[in-house]
Amino acid sequence: MRWLMIFRIALRALARNKLRAFLTMLGIIIGVGAVIAMVAIGEGAKSTIRSQISALGTNVLIVLPGSNVQGGVRAGSGNVNTLVDADARAMTRELRSVAYASPVLRRQEQIISGNLNWGTLVQGVAPELEQIRDWQIESGRFFHDGDMGSAAKVAVLGQTVARQLFGADDPLDAVIRVRNIPFRVIGVLVGKGQTGQGQDQDDTVMIPYTTMQKRLMRITWLQSIVVRAVSAEKVAEAQQQITLLLRQRHRIAEGRDDDFTVRNLSDIAEAAQSTAKVMAVLLGSVAGISLLVGGIGIMNIMLVSVTERTREIGIRMAVGARSKDIMLQFLVEAVVMAATGGIIGIFLGIGSSQLLKTWAQWPTLIDPAVVAVAFFFSGAVGVFFGFYPARKAASLDPIDALRYE
Amino acid sequence: MSEVIRVQDLIKIYHMGDVEVPALRGINLTIERGEFVAVMGSSGSGKSTFMNILGCLDRPTSGNYWLEGEEVASLSADDWARIRNKRIGFVFQGFNLLSRTTALENVELPMMYNGFAGKERHQRAVEVLNLVGLGQRQDHTPNRLSGGQQQRVAIARALVNKPSLILADEPTGNLDSATSNEIMGLFQQLNSDQGITIILVTHEPDIAEHAKRQIVFRDGEVIADKPISQVLVELES
Repeated sequence: MRWLMIFRIALRALARNKLRAFLTMLGIIIGVGAVIAMVAIGEGAKSTIRSQISALGTNVLIVLPGSNVQGGVRAGSGNVNTLVDADARAMTRELRSVAYASPVLRRQEQIISGNLNWGTLVQGVAPELEQIRDWQIESGRFFHDGDMGSAAKVAVLGQTVARQLFGADDPLDAVIRVRNIPFRVIGVLVGKGQTGQGQDQDDTVMIPYTTMQKRLMRITWLQSIVVRAVSAEKVAEAQQQITLLLRQRHRIAEGRDDDFTVRNLSDIAEAAQSTAKVMAVLLGSVAGISLLVGGIGIMNIMLVSVTERTREIGIRMAVGARSKDIMLQFLVEAVVMAATGGIIGIFLGIGSSQLLKTWAQWPTLIDPAVVAVAFFFSGAVGVFFGFYPARKAASLDPIDALRYE
Repeated sequence: MSEVIRVQDLIKIYHMGDVEVPALRGINLTIERGEFVAVMGSSGSGKSTFMNILGCLDRPTSGNYWLEGEEVASLSADDWARIRNKRIGFVFQGFNLLSRTTALENVELPMMYNGFAGKERHQRAVEVLNLVGLGQRQDHTPNRLSGGQQQRVAIARALVNKPSLILADEPTGNLDSATSNEIMGLFQQLNSDQGITIILVTHEPDIAEHAKRQIVFRDGEVIADKPISQVLVELES
């Protein structure tokens, strides 16, 4: 029997009992609608959390040189000179999980400008730091690669330093002295305020790390490398890859300890993300259960329908329908109901998540894959819950079915 | 004349728990093409079981059944469905039409299971409805038709795939006597004009009189099998 015919018979049977078909579908409609709306809410929450996290800078990693162990005395991290700027360049070049990497050297220095002086933290960094720390320039410019190559004597001031040394005056193009070396001020950073520990982030001066290495500290190694992973999810991957890369570059034999440490700030990120994940799973499973309940509704009605239409089944068998034809007829009925319910549910889900977005300002995110899965799933529910009633119909004995009152 | 039906040593035993209830105790008979046979007998005589086996709805416990020369008792359920579809037309006491479905669609139903194209199906259904005198009411649903009209639709449905055999199980059981005579007249006409073989189950002697041959069942055996003319003569004497 051709499919078209089966579809027509099924549609006609459903059309004969429109209200019942609709009420049966309602379970699936609500189920699929709930799946889509809930997943949209979950995904929306996840992406909001993600962007909040990346604003916090939690996809930032810090690579520190390892500690020296001498006679059982472990000196604490940062006193091995194995970390070099080539390591930082290799990270950005070779690791896909790393977006930016910048060497960092720091030292407390006394800065002199005219008749004023101020003690502050001088940091030698690369131009990438602007992206890594997401720290914009308020006026002037940040370093560029040219400043790096020439170890230029240029400086970018934090807000606090600018205020202490220049007050209301414009510090741009002014000259400051660090250990008697003149630096030209090329930019001022926007204010970043205090850290959680009460440290004033704006009390700093940034200069190219090459300048710091050659002119101020006279060293060739680095004190640390700050790295920004491409996304918060990639932090763990970046950490792993950096470890592998540095072990390779530093020729550390299998079984020997690292001569560096990679630290991340992603504990908060992990907590927040796992919360979002748990929420998404919870919402999704609640919605999934309602889809299941919808499926049971279909099975229930199909069983009633098979009993009700026993005589019809008998008639169809008497005039030549095979068991397979009867089975397909009822199965197609169930699938048509489930799939139609699925389509309506998809629109309901998309519509309600749009409503939530516009009225309640909830960030919702509709994933086409979820829509496709929800539709496929509703069809599968039809097959699954339609199978038993359909088999029951197909296994009826035509003689008994014809006699059924 | 060729054989339409031949049964040999047909035995059917039902199992009611541990008890064996024989419904047919070895039936042997032959029905030729173009015959009009009335099967009679009280309830429990085995006539319904016999008809179910002839209609490929039930399997005999043992024995053989040849339909147009083909042994069918041992065929698969799907083959039976095909035989019921193409070679046998059923007419029931309770009409057994699909409710809320027009006369035309009811008649089209058997053709839906053998791949007739839509247009052809429609044409053939209209043709058969005209043959049974219901051409004007093809769009009526069964609840808007009288009993006699419903039975005519059922007969049209039985005829639509041009079967070699029509099995009618008490087709006049739910009809008044005037309508019964009309329906029997239709059967006679189909038998004589179209040459369709008809086997009719009834327990009313005056309905059986419309047939040409009478077979009487009792306790699972055939106790009488003779032409109606002879039955009538015996009745008079």
